[in-house]
Amino acid sequence: MLEIRWHGRGGQGAVTAAEILATSAIKEGKYAQAFAAFGPERRGAPVQAFTRISDKEILTRCQIYEPDIIVVLDKNLCTMEGVGDGLKDGGAVVLNTDGKAEDYLYVFKKAGKVATVDATEIALKELGTPITNTAILGALVRVTGIVSLETLEEIIKQRFRQHAEKNISAVRRAFQETALLETGERR
Amino acid sequence: MVRRIGISGNYAVAYAVKMADVDMIAAYPITPQTTIVEKLSEFVANGELDASYMNVESEHSAISACVGASLTGARVFTATSSQGLALMHEILFMASALRTPIVMANVNRALSAPLNIWNDHSDAMAQRDAGWIQLWVRSAQEAFDATVESFKIAEETRLPVMVNMDGFIVSHMYEPVELPDEEEIRKFIPSRPLENRVSTKRAHAVGVVGPPEYYYEMKYQAIDAIEESRPKIKEIDNDFNSRFGKSYSEIDTYGIEEADAALILMGSIFGSAKEVANALRRDGKNVGVISLRVFRPFPVQELRRAIEGIRAVGVVDRATSPGGSGNPLYNEVATALYDMPERPVIQGFVAGLGGRDIREDDFRLMYDATQKAAREGAGRCIYVGLRE
Amino acid sequence: MKCVKTTLKGWREIPEGGAITEPGSSVNFDVTAWRTSSPVIDQEKCTKCGMCFLYCPDSAIEIDETGNYRVNISYCKGCGICAKGCAPKAITMVKEGH
Repeated sequence: MLEIRWHGRGGQGAVTAAEILATSAIKEGKYAQAFAAFGPERRGAPVQAFTRISDKEILTRCQIYEPDIIVVLDKNLCTMEGVGDGLKDGGAVVLNTDGKAEDYLYVFKKAGKVATVDATEIALKELGTPITNTAILGALVRVTGIVSLETLEEIIKQRFRQHAEKNISAVRRAFQETALLETGERR
Repeated sequence: MVRRIGISGNYAVAYAVKMADVDMIAAYPITPQTTIVEKLSEFVANGELDASYMNVESEHSAISACVGASLTGARVFTATSSQGLALMHEILFMASALRTPIVMANVNRALSAPLNIWNDHSDAMAQRDAGWIQLWVRSAQEAFDATVESFKIAEETRLPVMVNMDGFIVSHMYEPVELPDEEEIRKFIPSRPLENRVSTKRAHAVGVVGPPEYYYEMKYQAIDAIEESRPKIKEIDNDFNSRFGKSYSEIDTYGIEEADAALILMGSIFGSAKEVANALRRDGKNVGVISLRVFRPFPVQELRRAIEGIRAVGVVDRATSPGGSGNPLYNEVATALYDMPERPVIQGFVAGLGGRDIREDDFRLMYDATQKAAREGAGRCIYVGLRE
Repeated sequence: MKCVKTTLKGWREIPEGGAITEPGSSVNFDVTAWRTSSPVIDQEKCTKCGMCFLYCPDSAIEIDETGNYRVNISYCKGCGICAKGCAPKAITMVKEGH
């Protein structure tokens, strides 16, 4: 079972991204869960969401405390307490930043892979608004291959309807532009 | 053909209600309402569901409108949560005593104060005595299946049914759900006119005065009806199983055959409790878990059979009864087991109030404490995870 | 005067939900014993305005075949509203037994 924890801010679409990923995995015949640690919903407030993906039926419904993957939709969140907590040894991080992966290793000490992409820039160009969730999904699929790009795009089409094309462009650009740092930490 | 899709528990209920071809939906659309009725209003607006959708000004009005519509023979649905259910309180009793087969989804959330929109069971437990059948689901799939079954249960027993679903943990969690064909669902619950209903064709008065000479007898009818619903719930589930290949009994058990200690609980934590029981069993601890799917009518006989040979049970309450001799589920279990010749020791727990996550370690603690109770006797109720 | 005596039904006999399934059940309800006085209509003074018919809370005022207003004494509880509401003062409340 693969456990993913998402960190974003209200309005960036972290919860939606968690749901799209789970729905894509379910579409591919797997078992999956997506859920959020809802706070009172406010634009800009830190948000956590979770996705579990497995080949077998998932029993647990606890929140995720020791994720295999951490996805961060906003680099500024890295300065907050708890974003890197519990990452499994050698786990992966997917981070929206215009900076370098090396600069964030102090937060994700045990990470085996740190993928970076300037999702804000991509979202502003492709969508005209800094909603970074679809771009970050492109990066996540690139470095982990959890689901296929085709399935992801199909689910995005169903979910966003008239806004699907722009979002698919964001996914594809992020997929291309993701940089990966392998730290040598092992799983 | 069965479709397998990823949706939330809320949407699973909305799909079930749509497939059940309801005639009327009344709901108050503001917090703590959920996306169940949002999705349903979309179905009605798109013409996918031919039903009358009433946006009312409170939950009290929502349930009142449902009672009225149900009395005319319409198939009705409403959904609510926490404070909304509390506001419905007085009408809930009328719905059961007037024998209106209303189906309501209740997304379980804590009652204020402090203001809280997260999961626990205080809302439904506070309506324990309203005369409604209460089903408790553990996943989005069960939410769908139970909602479908509920329409048949309600109409055959002529009692209202509350489908309880844990707030966020099921209601807002996306997970796989298998949806049968709408046609098959409609064959399972064909819409047929109920007898003895208000119409413009025939004189019929309901909601009449029941003076002391009559109130008692009228009330007893609803008491008898919920007792009589036990075999009907089973029958309807058998029928559901033969058509859709899914069966749900009043209680579900896991690993209790050789267990010396077992947890008894309701709602979505069943999965996590099984997961932890599994791990403990690998370490040689004989623990199991029992989950109730039906809370009203309370499955006394089923529970007694299940716990035979178990030395201690731990009852996990996600609601409290301040100043009571125990908390709601504990009290039910204790009463159900009291006159057994050899009954287990009963340890009470309170956990997960107001959306506090019940973590794997919390389950370990509860299993350990229940095993300890088997050796040394039960202590006072343990408030799991409470900071001193 | 009829003596009102009802046999109380058991819970199985009462219609579901306590519904009243037959119309006009109030016809069986004789309130003769409730009265201390009853209305007497002076047909000479009566203008047939129908106010007594409208005001009577128990529908005890009836119109006969000649168009005159009459009191159905089985349903009159002697409240006197008809007499109060009668503009030409055609109705007098007379004490029972006089």
